[in-house]
Amino acid sequence: MSAPAANLTNRSAAPLIRPKTSKDDRIMLGFILVICLYLLITLALPLYAMLSKSFSTFAFDLSNFEFQVDAGDGWSEPLSAETLNQRLNKFSPAELATSSDGRLGVVDLFPDFSFRSPTMYRIRQVNLKSSFLFGSERVADTDWHEYSSNDFRRIVLRPSASIGLENYRTYFSTPSLFHSIENSLWIATLSTIITVSLAFGFAYALSRSTMRFKGIFRLIAMIPILVPSLLPGIALVYLFGNQGMIKGLLLGESIYGPIGIVIGSVFFTFPHALIIIATALAISDARLYEAAIALRASRWKTFWTVTLPGARYGLISAAFVVFNLVITDFGLPKVIGGGYNMLAVDIYKQVIGQQNFEMGAVVSVVLLIPALFAFTIDRIVQKKQVAQLSARSVPYEAKPHRQFDWICLIYCSLVAIFIVGLIAVCQYAALIKFWPYNLSLSLANYNFEVMDGGGWDSYINSIQLGLYTAVAGTLVVFIGAYMVEKINGFATTRSAFQFLAMMPMAIPGMVLGLAYIFFFNDPANPLNSIYATMGILVICTVTHFYTVSHLTAVTALKQMDREFEAVSASLKQPFYRLFSRVTVPVCLPAILDISIYLFVNAMTTVSAVIFLYSPDTALASVAVLNMDDAGDIAPAAAMGMMIFYTNVGARLIHQFVSRNLVRRTQAWRVA
Amino acid sequence: MTEPTTAGTSPAQVYLKIDRLTKKFGNFTALDDVSLEVYEGEFICFLGPSGCGKTTFLRAIAGLDIQTSGLVYQDGVDISALPPSERDFGIVFQSYALFPNLTSWKNVAFGLENQKLDKSRIAARVTELLELVGLPEQGNKYPAQLSGGQQQRIALARALATSPGLLLLDEPLSALDAKVRGHLRHEMKLLQRRLGVTTVMVTHDQEEALTMADRIVVMNQGVIEQVGTPTEIYREPDTLFVADFIGAMNQAEGRIEGTGITIGELSFAARDHGLADGASIVAAIRPEDIVPRGAEGETVANGSSANRITVEIEDMEFLGSFWRVSLQNPALGDTRLLADMSINAVRHMDVEIGSSIEVELPADRLWVFPAKTPA
Repeated sequence: MSAPAANLTNRSAAPLIRPKTSKDDRIMLGFILVICLYLLITLALPLYAMLSKSFSTFAFDLSNFEFQVDAGDGWSEPLSAETLNQRLNKFSPAELATSSDGRLGVVDLFPDFSFRSPTMYRIRQVNLKSSFLFGSERVADTDWHEYSSNDFRRIVLRPSASIGLENYRTYFSTPSLFHSIENSLWIATLSTIITVSLAFGFAYALSRSTMRFKGIFRLIAMIPILVPSLLPGIALVYLFGNQGMIKGLLLGESIYGPIGIVIGSVFFTFPHALIIIATALAISDARLYEAAIALRASRWKTFWTVTLPGARYGLISAAFVVFNLVITDFGLPKVIGGGYNMLAVDIYKQVIGQQNFEMGAVVSVVLLIPALFAFTIDRIVQKKQVAQLSARSVPYEAKPHRQFDWICLIYCSLVAIFIVGLIAVCQYAALIKFWPYNLSLSLANYNFEVMDGGGWDSYINSIQLGLYTAVAGTLVVFIGAYMVEKINGFATTRSAFQFLAMMPMAIPGMVLGLAYIFFFNDPANPLNSIYATMGILVICTVTHFYTVSHLTAVTALKQMDREFEAVSASLKQPFYRLFSRVTVPVCLPAILDISIYLFVNAMTTVSAVIFLYSPDTALASVAVLNMDDAGDIAPAAAMGMMIFYTNVGARLIHQFVSRNLVRRTQAWRVA
Repeated sequence: MTEPTTAGTSPAQVYLKIDRLTKKFGNFTALDDVSLEVYEGEFICFLGPSGCGKTTFLRAIAGLDIQTSGLVYQDGVDISALPPSERDFGIVFQSYALFPNLTSWKNVAFGLENQKLDKSRIAARVTELLELVGLPEQGNKYPAQLSGGQQQRIALARALATSPGLLLLDEPLSALDAKVRGHLRHEMKLLQRRLGVTTVMVTHDQEEALTMADRIVVMNQGVIEQVGTPTEIYREPDTLFVADFIGAMNQAEGRIEGTGITIGELSFAARDHGLADGASIVAAIRPEDIVPRGAEGETVANGSSANRITVEIEDMEFLGSFWRVSLQNPALGDTRLLADMSINAVRHMDVEIGSSIEVELPADRLWVFPAKTPA
């Protein structure tokens, strides 16, 4: 055997090596932990607070209060409130169930009570699980407290909390509530089928035909991303509402309800489905089509045996994404849903309308289930899609086919008319004085100061939110993604981070917003001070849209050579130097994409922030909703169009900046 | 044979000492108790098939994937647990990992900046390095504007910029086409010798290892099979794996009989083997070591008649400068022997398919290895 190897080999066990971490690794770990902490505080803990809220029930525990009365002949024996209640048969158990803010006056238990009588009263609590209020003074001890009759009438009992499934029992025994599950599932399923079919046709025409105007069609198809989801609702009201322009087309059916929600949902989810399906079709392998032609398969047969199977993961993924968007959307059914209840709207109604936070939490948990399910399926399918993409294939190039190209052109034009039409109706509605009585043009509807919703300030606030979110979000997301991709070791921390980064996608905005109320509005929370500030809106929006941004960053980072860090370390350069000189410049296009994505979403989002804005931080998208709610539909449309134009402007600036920056920093690409 | 053949390094100093290195990935052992000494100024090649652990070995030395157990000393210092940034090495990867958004000049300067060097010093050093790798005019080009060979040389210049004590090369030539590879092989070797930097290169290309290395470390399944100079590895393989992996080698199963061996029905004298009588063996001989009898100038050195057999020419393959002929003899069973015969010998002996000739398998070139125990 090899002489040197044999000589050197000392048969005693070699020492185990515990690698020393470098300074870089420790700094990077620090960053990861900070961002993990951020996601824990802004996502995991609020959700936990919401979950526990959904299990808390509040009821007046009468057995915990005891009274003594002295009507001039000495103190009576202590009597519990429960005994008194049984004697009088005053409150039923249902009446004793209440929310966290419930109050119960004690004098109702004393039929002879008169605040003028000289009778003295004593009250005490058996244990510390409840409390009562004397005026606004909270008493939570087990001592006897003595009051004159005039004071005694100011005493109210407070409920005690317990943990249980009571809220869920109430939910599932209230038909008006649990019917929403069926409604939501039905609307989401129907919208999914329609949107995916339409988007598939559109994507198919774009990739498989040689029709003209492809670029314009692509642009038009992306319009819905730039407006709040409730804007198509407003357009539909103008078209098919009670005084709609073409109301007759509905043959007497009402647009307020399922029809309106589905049409609007198709509108706002269309681009999301199109992006996914177009990607799936784009990676189809031209060699399969050549084989099909060689085998003399008809166009129809080729479609069923090559095109559809090739795009199946894209279709499934698109379906679940659309399903998730529709079932969690709040703005659209709020505007056009009429009396048709859906889960996301129920949360709003419970919380804002009835101030029943516990029930809002229950509906949120119910809404989480389909959302989590759709999210999980989508993740599984996405992984397979990536595997398919890495296979070596030849891109398909369409060949001219006169008849087919014409069909495609007509089809895409119809879809484009639908999209542009709804936007145009909104713009028209915003510009006329008073539909349908005074059709003269005016800018009166842009005078937001006289409307509900926060006026022009809300528009300024929205732009601020968009900019803060874009800057702060891009920083946090990209740095987080870089650290977690490039750090050495710390496998557990990395997977924990990756899990946290994927979570926001599964959490509906309404649920996130409500969870923030529970978590940040708790006076015991040291972060309570950010409640009702712009800060909480920024944090909430960054967290809400974290996942897609994170995935964009990770994709860009994965395209970088894995060995850059090794080379840089061997040259004794700190990681941040590589990061600023190489990583950031090379990833600049992705970084800009993340920032515009965050900006546009911050401008249009309604669901999460609806619970979190304060009078000082009203937002344009929320203003659209509130003005619509107040009956100012034309100003709502006007504000919606302001959001649209702002986003178009932002996109144009983004494009301009990208192009210039790319020319300067990415000169190597064109080389 | 531990003496390096590097010219001019008389008392060879151990620069890198690797002691009982083991690297496990979960249940898989990628490196199994590997020890090695590398001398100062030496050019060492880790050679082996893919998955043999050679890259794992290199990455452990660099600190990029630190070993599970075992020690690494560089220049007498224990660096076993240190992260890459605290070790002293330059590295060139197969992908070169050139920063795509920086020019060649800035790539090379990357490791010099931030080191309290003033700008003129940096500029002078970069110019020097670009000249060293023969690309003085390419400083302002981006990597994408350079050919593969040029990129490789820029990567080399960048790795050498900080004058590291150890140069690590991970398959640095395998992304290039054959002609460029041959040229760069030579240039890199010259450069290395000129700078005298201790170098460890990983390669799966035996030709690369044989032409460039002072010593070759042949690896297989996480262990070192043999360490030696290129000639030692080629001429004196320690194991059947080395014999088989480097160059072409005829193999035939047989058994020990007395001091010699039998293959099929024939007995041969062979090299010393130290194996017990009757043991199953694999005998091996290189095609160029089979000597055709009667060819002019190629008579057997000792003139003995031992180890001569008559064979029939079964097939002939023309390889340009020589013929590779396939020989068979019924007494050898199914075994076919490949022999390299010069153009002259073939012409002189009238060798053609179907004809019979006599060849000798010289005993000192006939290797005996224990038969592989069936797993």
